Amino acid sequence: MNLLEVKNLRVTFATETGQVQAVRGVSFSLGHERLGIVGESGSGKTMTGRAVLRLVRPPGRIEADAMTFDGRDILHAPEREMRALRGKRIGMVMQDPKYSLNPVMTVGRQLTEGLRLRDGLGRADAAAKAIAALEAVQIRDPRRVMDAYPHELSGGMGQRVMIAMMLIPEPDLLIADEPTSALDVTVQAEVLSILDGLVRDRGMGLIFISHDLRLVARFCDRVLVMHKGLVVEEIEAAHLLEARHPYTRGLLNCLPRIGGPRGPLPVLDRAGI
Amino acid sequence: MTGIPVPSPRSRLLPLLGQVALGLGTLAITLLGLLLITFVIARVVPTDPVLSIVGERATPAQIAAIRDKLGLDLPLWQQFLIYVRDAVQGDLGNSIRTGQSVTSEIARYFPATLELATLGTIFGTLVGVPAGVLAATRPGSIADQVVRVVGLMGYSMPVFWLGLIGLLVFYGQLDWVAGPGRLDPTYDMMMEFTLTSYTGMILIDAALNGAWDVFGNAVSHIVLPAGLLGYVSMAYISRMTRSFMMNELGQEYITTARVKGMPEWRVIWVHAMKNVAVPLITVIALSYAYLLEGSVLTETIFAWPGLGSYITDALFAADMPAVLGGTVVVGVAFVTLNMASDILYRLVDPRARA
Repeated sequence: MNLLEVKNLRVTFATETGQVQAVRGVSFSLGHERLGIVGESGSGKTMTGRAVLRLVRPPGRIEADAMTFDGRDILHAPEREMRALRGKRIGMVMQDPKYSLNPVMTVGRQLTEGLRLRDGLGRADAAAKAIAALEAVQIRDPRRVMDAYPHELSGGMGQRVMIAMMLIPEPDLLIADEPTSALDVTVQAEVLSILDGLVRDRGMGLIFISHDLRLVARFCDRVLVMHKGLVVEEIEAAHLLEARHPYTRGLLNCLPRIGGPRGPLPVLDRAGI
Repeated sequence: MTGIPVPSPRSRLLPLLGQVALGLGTLAITLLGLLLITFVIARVVPTDPVLSIVGERATPAQIAAIRDKLGLDLPLWQQFLIYVRDAVQGDLGNSIRTGQSVTSEIARYFPATLELATLGTIFGTLVGVPAGVLAATRPGSIADQVVRVVGLMGYSMPVFWLGLIGLLVFYGQLDWVAGPGRLDPTYDMMMEFTLTSYTGMILIDAALNGAWDVFGNAVSHIVLPAGLLGYVSMAYISRMTRSFMMNELGQEYITTARVKGMPEWRVIWVHAMKNVAVPLITVIALSYAYLLEGSVLTETIFAWPGLGSYITDALFAADMPAVLGGTVVVGVAFVTLNMASDILYRLVDPRARA
């Protein structure tokens, strides 16, 4: 059985000028594999990720024909059940640790609150687990990082903390929403390899949301290409560079190549898409 | 890169001490400026302190003698230095009406204002913050509308009118509370002659003396004016809380807390509230300062012998030392509150400590 099954997912925002559909009918299924979702800004890839967690803020509305996680209906599940699922079995890493970590709480408190509140662990046990999680994301001085506030960390460290926080409950599914877009290129590689190792070791399902085609091609097993709230192409990651769909081809053509001609890059041709 | 030095908790507090010292320095400079202004006002206004002491039929010799005694023949800068020296030693001159030292008079009047404003601020915060949070978490709901309308009324209805209506209804008609003044006359005598005064604030003094009947009577007197001031400050605090909370709830770290499966009360009251507290501290301090200096109308209506009515009475009697002494005290209270909120702000927000 598949880990996650999504059929005809729609995310709609009621605005004063009428309904805006951010996601207009997306279907996919996911096993214990890495699924990449690529697309431009506004293509609905982030909203797809958040809809799976049922974390679309009002006035956004989630609709689907079916949405199941591990055989459970997560479209109609009561909020209490969703909370249990979120904390424990589905995690999400967001784009910029500058905003996704609470600025006025120490890293230690943010890492341990789930363990203490939900699992009822004592202070020392929770701290030990958190420190182990920080070591797992290759932070060398975990004890001091525990006492630090997010603004005292670099972007790369912040993102490792975020990953550690999401992996503490050992989820079955991790949604990584542009986890490296806010980081320097060198740090990107480090964070990706950490993420890669952890997902591989624990056999998690991964939804990797990105606008970086090459990255997704290298990092994932399968890729969904989204455009204007729809999936325009689903393809094995290894074959992404040979994609047929005109939109995907258009995106690929816009990538600069080392050693390629130095002229202006082609612009995405939106006619006929 | 992972070896970035992170300060230990102990070393976090050290810069805070430096900031307290810096704050005290600023405080001193601000107060010097305040004294300069009150000094200049005292020299500029067309009241003659000598004349108001000796009366209209004094001989030139008497006038000269008093002028000399008050030091009015000295150069201005010398007068100012003397004024500052005296003020620092707690001497703000003598009231022209009563001939008593302004400092000792203010020491009697100020606690009444402090008691009222403090209670009002506590009311305003205890009601205003939850109301603002409720409105922010259900925007557009009936609760939100109620909070908004009640707040708007607190903004727009004149305090003296509300005070009179309050007295009419709760004292005159329903007889739920005691009327104007701080105590009934009998309890006032008790307070004056049989109880020890520690702070000048009746609620605290009565409690310290264990005189619970006096305490109860004081509560009955203070509830209406404090509730009124609390309502005004609640209107302001709830509006600001609502907008701060709305802003924080849109932040990404809130999504993180929800992804972690945190219950909604914790998302709002721990994750968001810790961030809302940062600007809210300044708002509450400002509203507190406003009540300390601005409750003249309330004090008048409730015959509350506080600093506001002291300054007003002094003003009508052209009692300049009393007016300026009161102004200095209000200024000191304002600057002190500002500094306190600054320090508190840094305690709550780790980013402001660096």
